Amino acid sequence: MRAIINYLNSLLLWELVKGLGLTGRYLLDRKITIQYPEEKTPQSPRFRGLHALRRYPNGEERCIACKLCEAVCPAVAITIESEARADGTRRTTRYDIDLTKCIFCGFCEESCPVDSIVETRHYEYHGEARGDLLMTKEKLLKHGELHEERIAADRAREAPYR
Amino acid sequence: MSILGWLQQHVFFWMSPPWWTMTSILLQIIALVIPLMLAVAYLTFAERKIIGWMQVRMGPNRVTFFGIPWLGGWGQPIADAFKLIFKEIIIPAGANRFLFLLAPVLALGSALAAWAVIPLDATMGVTDVNAGLLYILAMTSVGVYGVIIAGWASNSKYAFLGALRSAAQIVAYEIAMGFALVSVLIAAGSLNLRDIVLRQDGGMAHWFWLPLLPMFVVYFISGVAETNRAPFDVAEGESEIVAGFHVEYSGMGFAVFFLAEYANMILIATLASVMFLGGWLSPLQGLAELWGGSTESLFATAYVGTFLGHGLHWLVFKVMFLLLLFLWFRATFPRYRYDQIMRLGWKVFIPMTIVWLIVVAVLVMAEVPPWFQRA
Repeated sequence: MRAIINYLNSLLLWELVKGLGLTGRYLLDRKITIQYPEEKTPQSPRFRGLHALRRYPNGEERCIACKLCEAVCPAVAITIESEARADGTRRTTRYDIDLTKCIFCGFCEESCPVDSIVETRHYEYHGEARGDLLMTKEKLLKHGELHEERIAADRAREAPYR
Repeated sequence: MSILGWLQQHVFFWMSPPWWTMTSILLQIIALVIPLMLAVAYLTFAERKIIGWMQVRMGPNRVTFFGIPWLGGWGQPIADAFKLIFKEIIIPAGANRFLFLLAPVLALGSALAAWAVIPLDATMGVTDVNAGLLYILAMTSVGVYGVIIAGWASNSKYAFLGALRSAAQIVAYEIAMGFALVSVLIAAGSLNLRDIVLRQDGGMAHWFWLPLLPMFVVYFISGVAETNRAPFDVAEGESEIVAGFHVEYSGMGFAVFFLAEYANMILIATLASVMFLGGWLSPLQGLAELWGGSTESLFATAYVGTFLGHGLHWLVFKVMFLLLLFLWFRATFPRYRYDQIMRLGWKVFIPMTIVWLIVVAVLVMAEVPPWFQRA
């Protein structure tokens, strides 16, 4: 009996008809596409996008050249050189992040003791020439100044969980 | 044809009869091929849209005409065509130049030439050949030469393997397809496609899909296999042989193969509707009698009567339905394994068609109503 049913099933292509029914249902289903430039997916305050270097409210740059980020970076994307400034504090003379190497893991911002290097929610950027994706200290500081308000807000919101 | 008559009297009145004959044939061919090419273009669009919808995506929805937003996506096939026209045609080193360029032409040419005998309407159609079915069989068989020659002339192992697969597959399924057509021939008693449609007159239950149901299924599945469509598209097999027979083609060469594939789909769908779904006949025929009305008065209703009655539009609807099935199959089924394709073709379809051929012959000899009564 079972053999007869199996034979009939394969002869009448029953499985195939069931498959067609499934795709037919999805044909009329609501489409879940997000039409990117016009619509965007919701973003977490912890989003890890383009990096930035922050400053204190008095304008002094936060980074103290401890090089923890350089040490923790699994992709070896960060290069730091430093020397003592006239007032005796240690500051970076060079702070490069190679975005072509960076894997956006967020270890650098977690390792930073002074909340200097952060990853912002900005992700829509591109490079048109060689070196455009090599973020130098100037570029990182400038990007930080541009987004400081939102960075500070996101930091404050996530502070209890850190 | 009244439009042709008008043209002869008012535009081409200066032509001598032999010239006019040639011109009128050319005009008919143009009038057939241009809508066909547009249909092919928009079939590719429909395919991308429908497969997209089945995968809960939206499909192409960006290219419009003149920035009209609700036409989003409708410019896509035109944009694709322009892109392909302007691309460079690369002829591989060591390729047979003549055959390489001939292959796409053969593929498309045969797909279009078969349209010559297809009746669009009770009167419309380029020609009315008595051996139409034979001509169709011949033309659909020539299409495979395009594939084989392309694979051979490309001087590429992938193209060659694709051509081999395609050749074996098409040979296998052509037999089943041929037998299915022979059963139609027996049932209709004519090789003329117009007569075949007229023999199905009388409403949906009189169409040949019902008495020849297994043949209809076999014919359509063989048609899917003949056109190398999913799930029988081992000839392309992108996962193992890149794109099969047309790997080496670029620009217009590729575009012509693309057109040929879709023109073949439309051709198979049209043939299936002509031979099994009553061609241009209205499916509403005979239904009115069930409620005590009459078909004649239904078709004579003001305004909607012409739409409800027989006509080209019903053929178009039937073809569109079958084409939807092509796309639906592609969105649903994974590709058959090669030996399974061969098993299905040789060990299932051919025996099945031979058996049903005998059944149909007996039905016809016994004049089983309502299909096979002698008038």
